[in-house]
Amino acid sequence: MQTTLSDSLRSTPLGQEADSILRACVHCGFCAATCPTYGLLGDELDSPRGRIYLIKQMLEGATAGQNTQLHLDRCLACRACETTCPSGVRYGRLLDIGRAAIEQRVRRPLPEQIKRHLLRVVIPYERRFTVVLRVAQTLRAFLPPTWRRSIPPPQLPTSWPRSSHERKMLALAGCVQTPIAPNIDAATARVLDCLGISLVRASGGGCCGALSYHLGAQEDGLEFARRNIDAWWPHVESGAEAIAINASGCGVMVKEYGHLLREDPSYAERADRISAMAMDISEVLAKENRAALAPAGIGTARIAFHSPCSLQHGQKLAGLVESILESAGFELTPVPDGHLCCGSAGSYSLLQPELSRQLLLQRVLALESGQPTAIGTANIGCLAHLQSRTSVPVRHWIELLDPGASVVSLRDEGAQVELTEPTTL
Amino acid sequence: MGAIMIYCPNSPPGKTIMKTPVTNVQPRNRRELIAALQRVLPSQALLSETEDLRPYECDGLSAYCELPMLVALPDTVEQVRAVLVACHERGVPVVARGAGTGLSGGALPCSNGVLLSLAKFNRILEIDAANRTARVQPGVRNLAISQAVAHLGLYYAPDPSSQIACSIGGNVAENAGGVHCLKYGLTVHNIQMLSFLTIEGELITVGGAALDAPGYDLLAFMTGSEGLLGVIVEITVKLLPQPERAQVVLAAFDDVEKAGAAVAAIIGAGIVPAGLEMMDNLAIRAAEQFVHAGYPVDAEAILLCELDGVNEEVSEQILQVREIFQQCGATESHTARDERERALFWAGRKAAFPAVGRLAPDYYCMDGTIPRKHLARVLRRIGEMSAEAGLAVANVFHAGDGNLHPLILYDANKPGDLERTERLGAKILELCVAVGGTITGEHGVGVEKINQMCIQFSASALAQFHALKHAFDPRGLLNPGKAVPTLQRCAEYGAMHVHGGKVLFPDLERF
Ligand SMILES: Cc1cc2nc3c(=O)[nH]c(=O)nc-3n(C[C@H](O)[C@H](O)[C@H](O)COP(=O)(O)OP(=O)(O)OC[C@H]3O[C@@H](n4cnc5c(N)ncnc54)[C@H](O)[C@@H]3O)c2cc1C
Ligand code: SF4
Ligand code: SF4
Repeated sequence: MQTTLSDSLRSTPLGQEADSILRACVHCGFCAATCPTYGLLGDELDSPRGRIYLIKQMLEGATAGQNTQLHLDRCLACRACETTCPSGVRYGRLLDIGRAAIEQRVRRPLPEQIKRHLLRVVIPYERRFTVVLRVAQTLRAFLPPTWRRSIPPPQLPTSWPRSSHERKMLALAGCVQTPIAPNIDAATARVLDCLGISLVRASGGGCCGALSYHLGAQEDGLEFARRNIDAWWPHVESGAEAIAINASGCGVMVKEYGHLLREDPSYAERADRISAMAMDISEVLAKENRAALAPAGIGTARIAFHSPCSLQHGQKLAGLVESILESAGFELTPVPDGHLCCGSAGSYSLLQPELSRQLLLQRVLALESGQPTAIGTANIGCLAHLQSRTSVPVRHWIELLDPGASVVSLRDEGAQVELTEPTTL
Repeated sequence: MGAIMIYCPNSPPGKTIMKTPVTNVQPRNRRELIAALQRVLPSQALLSETEDLRPYECDGLSAYCELPMLVALPDTVEQVRAVLVACHERGVPVVARGAGTGLSGGALPCSNGVLLSLAKFNRILEIDAANRTARVQPGVRNLAISQAVAHLGLYYAPDPSSQIACSIGGNVAENAGGVHCLKYGLTVHNIQMLSFLTIEGELITVGGAALDAPGYDLLAFMTGSEGLLGVIVEITVKLLPQPERAQVVLAAFDDVEKAGAAVAAIIGAGIVPAGLEMMDNLAIRAAEQFVHAGYPVDAEAILLCELDGVNEEVSEQILQVREIFQQCGATESHTARDERERALFWAGRKAAFPAVGRLAPDYYCMDGTIPRKHLARVLRRIGEMSAEAGLAVANVFHAGDGNLHPLILYDANKPGDLERTERLGAKILELCVAVGGTITGEHGVGVEKINQMCIQFSASALAQFHALKHAFDPRGLLNPGKAVPTLQRCAEYGAMHVHGGKVLFPDLERF
């Protein structure tokens, strides 16, 4: 597409990046077909092609106000459009640039600012988030059902393997996953242990930075990235093979550290190395001989796999987890429109509750349609979001491979979720 | 046609914009119209701020832009009717829009008109498996129909390459074709009934359950009418049973002309493939980068030949086709290994246009047809013209029905590039006409090919088109300035293009 960005903008690295992305778009409209928000709203402005146009006119200097902000806010950043785009348009990057630009131009109303600020100062900090979560969990029983459903019940931590192997991989400390579902990291460690690999928690790390970065606080996001790099680096130097990430939303962010910090002389090189070492746990498993794994639920469990957007569109790993589960002997149920987002999308479920709810209902219907005994997914946000609407247990898929777990016992826990409203659209 | 011609103002500077003639006066009062439309539409269904209007300024042909006065996004037929009535009362032009994937500027807005989006009409209303039909709303995506009936062993045959995104309403309005049209016909052959609203708000249903209805075939009239006659609000499409077997043969050639000759040989042998498509080297490389189908990226051209039907028949035809390919000098030919690879071969072909966006920032997609026997010659001539103009041309097209899609690669940010591209494009279309072909295969005329209509049709034929338009839309409010050129326009165009010392339309007065 033709672009007329101002010379001053075009001379900056960000301007150049935006220009090259905009110019790659040939305005064919294919991407709209797989965009969840366009599917719901049917407005070009809520389609990828429309959003690209909104960002283009803003960067070209036209008036861009609350309406542009609204349509960019409604974007899930799911990047289904990138998977669909034949021309290779890097929409996700353009969106980040566009969001940062609109943030500078349009002041949000005070309540909105406060809400966003609260999200940014609570969620990415494990301790703060744990406090909020525990209070909510205590009050859970007294809350109305609609609220109750969105608060995950407490989960007891399980033990990590004691043995230490020569092969080592690094874990991401993360933010909300440990307080909500400590078993995921433990299960990952146990699965890797079976394969002769130790999963190492580096001290000093934390949130991957994605939440802040995508909430218009890009500098905060990069600060989290630097902290993780600092925490991992000594282990990288002493021979850790990879960073094995079991939250696909974080994985996609860590894989971008190199690009995001490329202008930072003191971090660029290390960030690049870290990104190259980052692997989704499915990529790790795909490369290993998995014969030693003997998952418990095989033969009885029918699994519906919800592939998170950050896994299939962000990291372009569509189909990988499914093939691992199948080769482990699980039966996978068909999931219609498996490219669609569940509506969790980082903080989206809190900021755009109505659209998020509609997407959630659609996804749950699709996932339940094959009558699975459990739903597997690969990201904590999706897991908690989906579980808030279904009585089928939702687990990280790595838990299904965990030698120590049984899918049947998971089921009882899932059944505690009260569903008063019928799951229909 | 005695109406006064005025032009849509406000063309953005720097873009080649075909001024759209409008057969009516400017709206007396924009605010009054907004108020009237707000009364009949839900709150978020009317866009009026420039910021919101801009992304609607073009369709799939983004070189042509015009900011609409308003955009309406109704979601019930009653709302559509109310919008049409309000606009008709006030003499405001209305341009219908489906998914906006059109490549001829058919959904290019009118600056003093309302752009009427049908995108919210995305429901499949009824599937009748016994009669093999589906009743759908106009905004339903072409592919969504086949997906919704796949479990019944059925599909909707016309499959434009844009089928993932384009709407069935837009398909009807453009009489869209696709890979499978060689054997199964265009949109017009695959629909059974249509309901549309006239600009006056009258709901008319044409066609019917029976295969042949008495009287004029109004269904055929409406198909390909490019939004000039009415706004389509419901369509009953015919469905076909999925064939017992479908297989595709991929053949590579070291010379585009050899591939062209192979196409003629296959058709000449009496084989009717379900699809017969060609891509040249540029297109192969672009598509391969996207789908990783394993296309031979060194080949000058590939042909994809799909055969479907009962198993034995398909097996026999595969052998025949491969033999013909061999005789025509194919460097390799093989069938898809499995269903997944077959899907991938087609996915690459269908994504080829936008995939070319990887090679150049912009492309201009031409759409002309020629008699198949001239394929090799025309391709060579296009190659020569491309070299003369200094603009690369990628070829991706429905070879089996002689429907060419030369994609001219250019850079819209380079001053003068678009103009050179348009000149080359016009020359290519004139070449098509010269060898006995037409200027539009399936993308419609829209605003893009309106000048070439003057070459294709005589003044008296154009007058007949106008008479038809007048019968449905006397005030000329629906999609004004598209598809059928005014005689004045042809006169002006003829003045610019003097052919062999002879002016086109010498009998017309010039202004
Ligand atoms: C990459 C690419 C590949 C393509 N490949 C093909 C191909 O193989 N074959 C082919 O035929 N086309 C192809 N096209 C062109 C385009 O997709 C078709 O013309 C399609 O039919 C347009 O549908 P749409 O919903 O996008 O319509 P739009 O572009 O929105 O509109 C097209 C025209 O239809 C009118 N219209 C739309 N909806 C209605 C309605 N409900 N009532 C009345 N008028 C209406 C509009 O006014 C306009 O004149 C391709 C386009 C792209 C971008
Ligand atoms: S699919 Fe790609 S090239 Fe086409 S409109 Fe979307 S982003 Fe642009
Ligand atoms: S990221 Fe997702 S929601 Fe946003 S435009 Fe792309 S497909 Fe739509």
